[in-house]
Amino acid sequence: MSILVDRNTRVICQGITGKVGEFHTRGCLEYGTRMVGGVTPGKGGEKIADLPVFDTVAEARDATGANATMIFVPPPFAADAILEAVAAEVDLVIAITEGIPVLDMARVLPVVENSKSVLVGPNCPGVITPGQCKIGIMPGYIHTPGSIGVMSRSGTLTYEAVWQLTQLGHGQSTCVGLGGDPLVGSSFIDILALFEKDPETQAILMMGEIGGSAEEEAAAYVKEHVTKPVAAFIAGRTAPPGKRMGHAGAIISGGKGTAEAKLEALRDAGIEIAETPADMGAAMVRAIQQKN
Amino acid sequence: MKIHEFQAKELLRAADVPVLDGKIARTPEEASLAFQSLGTPVCAVKAQIHAGGRGKGSVKGSQQRGVELAKSADEAARIAHGLLDKTLVTIQTGPEGQVVRQVFIESGCDIKQELYCAILVDRAAGSPVLIASTAGGMDIEEVAAKTPELILSEPFDPDRGLGAYQARLMASKLGLPTASWRHAVQFFQAICKAFVSLDAALLEINPFVLTGDGTLVALDAKMTFDDNAMFRHKSILSLRDESEEEPAEIRAAAAGLSYVKLNGEIGCLVNGAGLAMSTMDLVKFHGGEPANFLDVGGGANVEQVTEAFRIILSDSNVKAILVNIFGGIMRCTTIANALIEASKTVGFTVPLVVRLEGTEVEDGKKILASSDTSIITADGLTDAAQKVVESIKA
Repeated sequence: MSILVDRNTRVICQGITGKVGEFHTRGCLEYGTRMVGGVTPGKGGEKIADLPVFDTVAEARDATGANATMIFVPPPFAADAILEAVAAEVDLVIAITEGIPVLDMARVLPVVENSKSVLVGPNCPGVITPGQCKIGIMPGYIHTPGSIGVMSRSGTLTYEAVWQLTQLGHGQSTCVGLGGDPLVGSSFIDILALFEKDPETQAILMMGEIGGSAEEEAAAYVKEHVTKPVAAFIAGRTAPPGKRMGHAGAIISGGKGTAEAKLEALRDAGIEIAETPADMGAAMVRAIQQKN
Repeated sequence: MKIHEFQAKELLRAADVPVLDGKIARTPEEASLAFQSLGTPVCAVKAQIHAGGRGKGSVKGSQQRGVELAKSADEAARIAHGLLDKTLVTIQTGPEGQVVRQVFIESGCDIKQELYCAILVDRAAGSPVLIASTAGGMDIEEVAAKTPELILSEPFDPDRGLGAYQARLMASKLGLPTASWRHAVQFFQAICKAFVSLDAALLEINPFVLTGDGTLVALDAKMTFDDNAMFRHKSILSLRDESEEEPAEIRAAAAGLSYVKLNGEIGCLVNGAGLAMSTMDLVKFHGGEPANFLDVGGGANVEQVTEAFRIILSDSNVKAILVNIFGGIMRCTTIANALIEASKTVGFTVPLVVRLEGTEVEDGKKILASSDTSIITADGLTDAAQKVVESIKA
């Protein structure tokens, strides 16, 4: 078991004929992901990496039985690509694209909510179940199959955490990149619920960052509903208010979204805190020992 | 992206939001002429900088406030003289302040009540939300902290806009007289529509006022935009005032880098926003002060990395540099080659500590070891942070 993706997941890539889409489609194929096709409007009939390209998501789904899509469509058209995937009833929609206008996402999210599809991202590295299925841009080799569920709002910070876990001998059940934008499809809470239910996941490591209140909401959820050990790290303790730290979502505004407020909420929920980014793997180990 | 108050007022006027007449002035003479042409007994003279808190802020070395009322053309000129080319310090500019290059001369109006409203995208609601309070003209953060019950909010769908009933509900809760409700509906619906159609990130009107004749007017306007949506708003891009921005940040943006200048001594070059923030945190944890946030992104090339070093070194406060790369898509060999290239073309005058991990790390480390540069290599995050902090103590 794992969450969201496994060796049976059949994946298409929207934007497969673009340079980045093709590059990462090949990367996913090399990792062993069951890539089954791609979509680029107007390029139906072509082949990329020996995979059939279709004009529409609906055609691709009907022809390949795809149940997941990985979106690399450029920002101006990415919201439409998400809506197309949802309309074609693809179970899992993973939007990698960075730079989608926030109001486009405000239009997309209610549609996703009223559908059967799950959206991860946008502006995220993707989802990986080590040894089975990688959908996204993360380097596959740093991951090891195991029992730690990992979720994060940032890409390279996730790689860092996964690397630390792997070095400490702890593999990962599934790693989920939620994305660094203000509005994203899946929240910490959505993924926490999946990890809590997944028998293979025995502990959960989360990486948050300044801005918004997603970490506080996750802390409240953990307190009420999560029985598995949880450890957390919050990036941006030294970030000044009013300055956007790369991610559109990472900004302290109106005194809200500070690292201190988030850490306090997490501690209050009994979550083990990594004091520094070098301590993320070790914090997970401490959390597991405390629960045993 | 930020714009000036007078620019925001023009956008709002075009969107049928009631604003007062005003003119921009870059000299005291222009301020005097502006006062005369507006023809009202009182005008407000308002410093135009990309920061709020102007009314309470003052010019360095004088009593001059950032916003003052003038009752004559001479007085308008005198206030303009007190502001133009001077440094205004407000709660939002930080102690260094910002130079005032233009003032906005705006007609007076009969103010009965000052109120506050703003529109922003609420992450929890997943939609834009109109916020309003009777505490107009005040520090809204303070109101939110002390008396959150005084802050009203109405989320709305971007395409349907704010419902008339929502606007009436707001007007009622704000205690506006029923005779003014139709003005309130028009006002609130117009600002919500403007927010969406312009892809704003924040529209704050502090204060908007109820006038003696029962209408509503936007007395101030602070507007920022969603940078990601500016591809469909070329006309808004032309309103950008680069003189209000940090030169190094403009330069970084042009090179496709994400850079934020800070006040410390340790320059940081990292790939990924989350890791970049975390690296700054770690530097601070080990007793150093980061000089900047710099994310070179996932696929930076040699030119970009070289430019990143130039930008970091252009900050004279920088006494050492920490490079932290977790190679994913970015290969460690690319970064190692870029480091050597940069050391040749830029020349490092300060200690450089490098921590590499991830894709092609062994080859990357070999490249650095075989070069004749004085790069200090580090194993792991803690080692890197400790070494860079030690390097400036020595």
